[in-house]
Amino acid sequence: MSGDLRLTNVTKSFGPFTAVDDLTLTVPQGAFFALLGASGCGKTTTLRMVAGLEEPSAGQVTLGGTDITRLRPYQRPVNTVFQSYALFPHLSITENVAFGLRRKGVKNVAPQVEQMLSLVQLDDFGGRRPHQLSGGQQQRVALARALINHPQVLLLDEPLGALDLKLRRQMQIELKRIQTEVGITFVHVTHDQEEAMTMADTVAVMNDGRIEQLGAPAEIYEFPATPFVANFLGQSNLLAGTGGLARSGDDLSITAHGSRFTVPAARSRATGDKIYLGVRPEKLHLVTSEADVPSGFQHLTGTVTDSSYVGVSTQYLVRTAWDTELSVFAPNSGLGGSLPPGAEVTVAWNPAHAFLLDRLDGAGDATHALVEERA
Amino acid sequence: MSVAAIGAGTGSKQNEPPQKTGRAWLPYLLLLPAGLWLLLFFALPLVQLGATSLYDPTGSLSTGYAMTWSFGNYPEALDAYKWHFLRSLGYAAVATAICLLLGYPLAYAIAHRAGRWKNVLLVGVIAPFFTSFLIRTLAWKTILSDNGPLVEALRTLHLLGADGRLLATPTAVIMGLVYNFLPFMVLPLYASLERLDQRLLEAAGDLYAGPVSTFWKVTLPLSMPGVVAGTLLTFIPATGDYINAELLGTPREYMIGNVIDSAFLVRLDYPQAAALSFLLMAVVLLVVFVYVRRSGTEEIL
Repeated sequence: MSGDLRLTNVTKSFGPFTAVDDLTLTVPQGAFFALLGASGCGKTTTLRMVAGLEEPSAGQVTLGGTDITRLRPYQRPVNTVFQSYALFPHLSITENVAFGLRRKGVKNVAPQVEQMLSLVQLDDFGGRRPHQLSGGQQQRVALARALINHPQVLLLDEPLGALDLKLRRQMQIELKRIQTEVGITFVHVTHDQEEAMTMADTVAVMNDGRIEQLGAPAEIYEFPATPFVANFLGQSNLLAGTGGLARSGDDLSITAHGSRFTVPAARSRATGDKIYLGVRPEKLHLVTSEADVPSGFQHLTGTVTDSSYVGVSTQYLVRTAWDTELSVFAPNSGLGGSLPPGAEVTVAWNPAHAFLLDRLDGAGDATHALVEERA
Repeated sequence: MSVAAIGAGTGSKQNEPPQKTGRAWLPYLLLLPAGLWLLLFFALPLVQLGATSLYDPTGSLSTGYAMTWSFGNYPEALDAYKWHFLRSLGYAAVATAICLLLGYPLAYAIAHRAGRWKNVLLVGVIAPFFTSFLIRTLAWKTILSDNGPLVEALRTLHLLGADGRLLATPTAVIMGLVYNFLPFMVLPLYASLERLDQRLLEAAGDLYAGPVSTFWKVTLPLSMPGVVAGTLLTFIPATGDYINAELLGTPREYMIGNVIDSAFLVRLDYPQAAALSFLLMAVVLLVVFVYVRRSGTEEIL
């Protein structure tokens, strides 16, 4: 496509530290693309290389077929919404928004500024100074200041990180609405997996300077490619097992902790014998006896050790016979009763919801979400 | 607070925090030493100086001075030394401008480019203060002297005529002023530029501003408080300076400070000296007032 943003074998090192490691990535024109990862994974560095604020140590950045790798930031048809907003404190909101147009020599900026302020619903704020605005309003000014230049790509560096939860949710919907309205490519950097999934049509999960998986949010969530993704984007119960190559018909027959399970071959990413059997907590169902396990489901037994009521669901910890605690999310739909700690339960799942991943030799069960601090 | 007030009922004094009433005098107590100091060493001498400026101009130390409310001392003094006033303002303005041109890049470099050398460079800026102002200015006399290597080099390069000189010229006086007051320019500029958020410069670059445009539209406006403070701290003492003109100039380069100096200590014309001092103060205040209003820094601050 003509306006695609393409990174080819891009590497960025700071001394001995490699922030971005041989990254190749294509962002289609008009996409809402999210770079998701923990702090220090290289996502912001990647964004800054697209903006021209960092120069790649190796590799190439092209935009619509034009090589922009060595262009200065002010020479690129790309604008950024900074994490700190970086609004000019000595200029009014109007002049902040008009800044880019004035630098490009546009004479009559007033109509465009007015239109842009109304797009971000700040019509009457033009005469104020940035410090007179709330965080959410400043965030929208930063967005308007970037969007008014009609960049080919808009880069958003954790733009919602400084907002409180409620405002953040509101701004997520707002940003998505504006992106649909203006049709510009958005590249959004975030460590908030919920934010990435809500807003983006394509998510790239980054870890250690590399992309672990790239795809639509549902696709990544339902069938993660690596143990990191499985536990960074949401949470997964990963049980260590073997038999990744033991194919029987359309299924793979695996062994984990002395029990045999099957997984459809299409749900396996295993390339060797050592595997993780993964199931998302909400895909696990709790029943009181093996007789109640739905047909076609697989199961194992355990003891409830903890239950937390979180409104829409109840989150249980179930200890298996080999002392691993599985997470199970049971919807509070009013159909099932609650289970007290100590109850013997059977945990059942549909094999079509399970997935197989490669496991490093010696790695044990992994059932906890990778916790990332909230900014 | 409000919860306690509701619980306390209807007492009329409930809005007054009880602990604070007992210490209302504390700020005044803390201000007292400085206030006394100002009164003794600023306000009283100022009144005395004002009175002196109105003494009978025909008096002398031997015959004594009579208070005759001689306001005529002012126009007389101004008329006699108007060129010294203009020269002082001119030299100080040129020196301040040169200090700004030299000091701004220096302060910027120390604030944003020096890395771990920052403190060393700052000490370097302040280090000259460890020796006396007089000695440093005398050193310039040696540097600029007619037989010195600097003048010789400039003559060889034909930047100075064969008998051209630096010492005893306006150039020498202005160089001395620039040298002596440069730290007063650099330090406030540094303080102002140090607070400059680099992310704003990145944002300007991202919004199509090249380096030059970024400087004029972002860096300079945001450092205006430092520019104003630095120019005032340089201009005000430079206007009243007399050491540089005395040591590096001749009577043709004398500034108003030299006139006041000689009126007080050589000619012993106290009324005129006092009138000149007040005139200098008035001129400086006027210039500063116009400048601060013009530069519009109150918006930035």
